[in-house]
Amino acid sequence: MSTTQHLQDFVTQVRRDILRQVHQVNSGHPGGSLGCAEYFSVLYQDVMEYSKNFDMDGKNEDLFFLSNGHISPVFYSVLSRSGFFPVEELKTFRKIDSRLQGHPTTHEGLPGIRIASGSLGQGMSVAIGAALTKKLNKDSHLIYSLHGDGELQEGQNWEAILYAGSKGVDNLIATIDYNKKQIDGATDDVLPLGNLKKKFEAFDWKVIELKAGNDIAAIKGALEEAKGLTGKKQPVVILMETEMGNGVDFMMGTHAWHGKAPNDEQLEKALSQNPETLGDY
Amino acid sequence: MKIYKNTGNIDTRSGFGAGLAELGKSNPDVVALCADLTGSLKMDEFKDNHPERFFQIGIAEANMIGIAAGMTIGGKIPFTGTFANFSTGRVYDQIRQSVAYSGKNVKICASHAGLTLGEDGATHQILEDLGLMKMLPGMTVINTCDYNQTKAATLAIAEYEGPVYLRFGRPKVANFTPEDQKFEIGKAVHLTEGNDVTIIATGHLVWEALEAAKILDEKGISAEVINIHTIKPLDETAILKSIRKTKCVVTAEEHNFLGGLGESVARTLTLNHPAPQEFVATNDTFGESGEPLMLLDKYGLNAKAITEKAEAVILRKE
Repeated sequence: MSTTQHLQDFVTQVRRDILRQVHQVNSGHPGGSLGCAEYFSVLYQDVMEYSKNFDMDGKNEDLFFLSNGHISPVFYSVLSRSGFFPVEELKTFRKIDSRLQGHPTTHEGLPGIRIASGSLGQGMSVAIGAALTKKLNKDSHLIYSLHGDGELQEGQNWEAILYAGSKGVDNLIATIDYNKKQIDGATDDVLPLGNLKKKFEAFDWKVIELKAGNDIAAIKGALEEAKGLTGKKQPVVILMETEMGNGVDFMMGTHAWHGKAPNDEQLEKALSQNPETLGDY
Repeated sequence: MKIYKNTGNIDTRSGFGAGLAELGKSNPDVVALCADLTGSLKMDEFKDNHPERFFQIGIAEANMIGIAAGMTIGGKIPFTGTFANFSTGRVYDQIRQSVAYSGKNVKICASHAGLTLGEDGATHQILEDLGLMKMLPGMTVINTCDYNQTKAATLAIAEYEGPVYLRFGRPKVANFTPEDQKFEIGKAVHLTEGNDVTIIATGHLVWEALEAAKILDEKGISAEVINIHTIKPLDETAILKSIRKTKCVVTAEEHNFLGGLGESVARTLTLNHPAPQEFVATNDTFGESGEPLMLLDKYGLNAKAITEKAEAVILRKE
């Protein structure tokens, strides 16, 4: 178990990594990445059981699938700082000949990535598939997945949500990054998602509402609760309410930083709010 | 010329079903997924014998492709089954990102391809699937010609690591390839030796090509018939060797001429050995309802059409 101090330091460093990655190539998605820094940190530093010697099949390990692949900066930062590949490699984010593509991929052989994502709405199905194989292999480890809330507008999700609920895929813990924002604005303005809790429950899922989705202890609590609900013939979803751009004051409370990189001055300001903890790459 | 015997009309999809049933016994890693077309795809035997390895996904093809991609993680070999239209066009992006780009060992098995699906009409008669699939980097594309070959191909693709599109069909057609054949992915099968024209055919039109060769033989024209069951990777060596000898070619497929086998052959010729080519394929059109044989005749996809194109292409030789 990681200490709270370690996790806080880890999150702060991940935020720096996110900001510096997108700044150095003037592209990428800082908003959603920052909003999920705590989730990824808790998951990889505290909750999941996995081997750092990456193996695609991941037998006897917990596996994670990122469906909203555009928040790759947070994924790359946490994977590298969890030992999957050298932290130095974050320098290559979105550059030519890099394993750190704009959206995560298996194609370049980056350890820690098990599926390409970016075209939205596909990760839930993939996570279900991996969960079914775990059952066939009599492997009691769990599948974790993360999805954007706006991403739920993609119809494939609902095919997958129906399947997992109807067929009782109960070794799956999906989390929705419920920041209520997407590129064009608030999800309520673009295409309202309605009552997500009721929707998932209507599809026979167990629903955990996590109101403090940027609070380390609360995330830990929700994931532990979710683990306790697995193996009971129902899939589990955590509706994790996050703040897009969390940890950088001028990026919070707006969708403006969904897919925009900070300039030099903005970077400086953002980094000053998140002093170096574990060492910059 | 060598004459092939039809041992009895049977559908290619039954060859898939038989192959899958055999894999069920021989390979514990094989799993099967179906989108509410178990009977049409002849997956019942696998389903009945291995219910724990059969996944009824419902009418949700996008989810099926994604689940199949996920199931490879942990060592399973998923075979998905639905109609060709719903196996490709409907789920192109899922195949592109979750299967092809992700390099997953998924076998996309597609029945009811082409016009010979018949009465259901154009909504179901995909004539673009070979093109869609062959354009995906890393995708192996196979279109088998009869029951025996489809069964052999089904067994062979389980042994091959990587994404595969296996296309077959609905109608009962001639079964003429050997029951005990070894299916080699990417290897052309020479069916007849000839000097005047090469006929390169795939899928249901291979038998039609053999029938055409008989008609041509009676007219004193010797046709070399090559069965290209693997459209990608294409056996360019075999194709070029034959065309260097005959100096002209007819390609035949139950598919649009855009994006199909014919275009792959044309590229091979243009780069290596330019020669006259005629296309037996649909002409950038949708299909329509009707009896399969009548449709093949109306759209020029049978022995008669191949014969005419062979005679025409011979006249174009220098």
